[in-house]
Amino acid sequence: MVELALPKNSRVQKGRHHPAPAGAKKVKTFKVYRYDPEQPGNPRWDTYDVDIEACGPMVLDVLIHIKNEIDPTLAFRRSCREGVCGSCAMNIGGRNTLACTHGHAEIPGKECQIAPLPSMPVVKDLVPDLTMFYAQYASIEPWLHTKTPEPQQEWRQSPEDREKLDGLYECILCACCTTSCPSYWWNGEKYLGPATLLHAYRWLIDSRDEATGERLDALEDPFKLYRCHTIMNCAQVCPKGLNPAKAIAEVKKMLVDRVI
Amino acid sequence: MATYQFIDHKFDVVVVGAGGSGLRAALGCAQAGLKTACISKVFPTRSHTVAAQGGISASLGNMSQDDWRWHMYDTVKGSDWLGDQDAIEYLCRNAPAAVYELEHWGVPFSRTPEGKIYQRAFGGMTKNYGEAPIQRTCAAADRTGHAMLHTMYGQALAQDTEFFIEYFALDLIMDEGVCRGVTAWKLDDGTLHRFQAQMVILATGGYGRAYFSATSAHTCTGDGGGMTLRAGLPLQDMEFVQFHPTGIYGAGCLITEGARGEGGYLTNSEGERFMERYAPTVKDLAPRDMVSRAMTIEIREGRGVGPKKDHIFLHLDHLDPKILAQRLPGISESAKIFAGVDVTKQPIPVLPTVHYNMGGIPTNFYSEVVTRLGDDPDKVVPGLMAVGEAACVSVHGANRLGSNSLIDLVVFGRSAALRAASVLKAGATQPELKPAMTDGHIARFDKLRNANGATSTASLRLEMQQVMQEDAAVFRTSESLASGVKRLDAVMAKRGDLKVSDRGLIWNTDLMETLEFENLVVQAQVTVVGAANRTESRGAHAHEDFPDRNDKEWMKHTLTWLDDATGAVKIDYRPVHDFTMTNEVAPFPPKARVY
Repeated sequence: MVELALPKNSRVQKGRHHPAPAGAKKVKTFKVYRYDPEQPGNPRWDTYDVDIEACGPMVLDVLIHIKNEIDPTLAFRRSCREGVCGSCAMNIGGRNTLACTHGHAEIPGKECQIAPLPSMPVVKDLVPDLTMFYAQYASIEPWLHTKTPEPQQEWRQSPEDREKLDGLYECILCACCTTSCPSYWWNGEKYLGPATLLHAYRWLIDSRDEATGERLDALEDPFKLYRCHTIMNCAQVCPKGLNPAKAIAEVKKMLVDRVI
Repeated sequence: MATYQFIDHKFDVVVVGAGGSGLRAALGCAQAGLKTACISKVFPTRSHTVAAQGGISASLGNMSQDDWRWHMYDTVKGSDWLGDQDAIEYLCRNAPAAVYELEHWGVPFSRTPEGKIYQRAFGGMTKNYGEAPIQRTCAAADRTGHAMLHTMYGQALAQDTEFFIEYFALDLIMDEGVCRGVTAWKLDDGTLHRFQAQMVILATGGYGRAYFSATSAHTCTGDGGGMTLRAGLPLQDMEFVQFHPTGIYGAGCLITEGARGEGGYLTNSEGERFMERYAPTVKDLAPRDMVSRAMTIEIREGRGVGPKKDHIFLHLDHLDPKILAQRLPGISESAKIFAGVDVTKQPIPVLPTVHYNMGGIPTNFYSEVVTRLGDDPDKVVPGLMAVGEAACVSVHGANRLGSNSLIDLVVFGRSAALRAASVLKAGATQPELKPAMTDGHIARFDKLRNANGATSTASLRLEMQQVMQEDAAVFRTSESLASGVKRLDAVMAKRGDLKVSDRGLIWNTDLMETLEFENLVVQAQVTVVGAANRTESRGAHAHEDFPDRNDKEWMKHTLTWLDDATGAVKIDYRPVHDFTMTNEVAPFPPKARVY
């Protein structure tokens, strides 16, 4: 049997420990992945003993508290802090989610591990390189394709047809689903992954779009779509409660439907 | 000083910012055949437009008869007559076409039974010049900004717009009063870049994070406003800061005004629907400045709710749960996550929260940046445009109406692109950039990167935010504003004592937050100085020692310049445009603003 081992420079080592301040009331330990491309040495796990009484309720509040009060060098993305921009996606307690909507009280135990989204190259600390993810999203041409001359006013769409977009258009491109998918870990260069495929279906099912055939042609490929093996991690982790696996199944059904 | 090398780029147009207005401007310029770059410190769909909820105003008339002149009247009245009426006419006339364009690009608007775009009621939007509320705000459930931003990013991809993502803009390259480009820092490899362009379009958003509690994202640091002040140009009407009536108590997250548009209402500790007393005609659908003041008065007079009697309840629990699920799913989720409230059963605890900056970089309705030069109050700054919340056109005057910001983004993003296409020649020769034009940019960057004082950026930022929160709030007094000016002077003085701990160049967010703080603090400074200077009450600027609007002395725009080294603010004025763009509508003369 093949023995797999990480190369030496990617082994994560024990890092610095930041003890809680004197007088801390309720302490929880956060074990955070650290990597600085400008410094020699391997990535490391730094531990921060945080007085969570001094923080807001979310994991993002804890990270901001660490950055403001303990260690300003910690790097992570964040913006809206209300679960709509998708910046602060990361792996918290072993699960991909948004730091801004995930309460630290939801994490059992005294220690919580925070790492960047899995399977993507790490730029620094909790900041993954999402270039490929974005390129895959662009590859499905995420805009309305029409051939009929545009009307003076809006394209008409019945409330029933509009409802078909619910559960799809809400995607915030946080990449939690895609980077939780073992199939994507294995075939990420060729398999489009759940987020991109969910968007592919969003345009396929839009009653206003007139490129259904071309869109399906582009997906009919052994890798782009069919590497989904219904593992369902995507649906499990989506912080917006969407179900990319179902969207992927619908695309597969459309491909089958057009040949029978 | 460490040596830095610029990587050079040359474009016809460089757009800074990739939110709604930046994307609209960028894709319009690309469409017109101009070589266009769009640089942004965040991936486009992370821009704060994504958080806009309730909708985008346009007189489509899908729900009942409507007229762009009614929309115009509402906007002028909402602005408390500080808005420029030519620009407001431009906005309201062009609004329907802008919404149809978005729909044609694929925005998943909610629909009426006939399949038209669904429109809801919003504050200050009325029919027939103030008669009664009207449904004018086009909505994609309560995720309109998200739907727009994602669709526009897709459209920008379709137009092959060239993006430079996660580049942090540093400063404008100025050459004898002409803008020649912008410098930027690329976060993922630490390199510095010089973007030369015939036209720079600033679409950098507002500076809500100058306050302690804001609905604004962490990234809303008004970087374009900071760059503009450092370039020696003025900002306009900065004293007008909008408080949204319904930020979630504690967390500050936004609950859309559309919640009241769909029938929600506010109550005090006596269970009274108090807005009926303050705005008998439109009640809970009064403009935001008035609702925020009413809530503040209720709390002040001891009728707040909760153990500390320090907030207000927003009720949606009387509405059909099906309607809530269909039209307000996003805020139902936010209320659950951030307030632990099931909106079908319990009221949401809310508080007026900083939301929007009416002030910004002064422009005309072509989106060209203007300044006052001697007797000319409308002197165009060559090579520079501004759009969106970063700009002050001024269509919002002293108070913006809800859903007028999304329409502002696309109408003026488009106007900037049209103007750029008409005044620029694609590929025209550009003068050589000289090191002297950017030496200061590098020196500032290097100084902050190596800042080794005793005050952390986070602590000084917090001090600024507390000053703004306490002294430039919903209500202001001569005393609070004098205190604000004094305390902010102290914050400005401590900039020399900043400490940055991370010396790296790759994704150094300590340095980025420091650069952002520098942009915030100068705008906080001109905000309090402008507020202390305006001795009247108008729109969002409620001055308790001068409770009345004073059209004779104050129907004018404030211009503020800042000396970055000393923190000294210079004030001058521009007249309000009380004339229209065409003769298809007569100007609306000032009158008492009652609802």
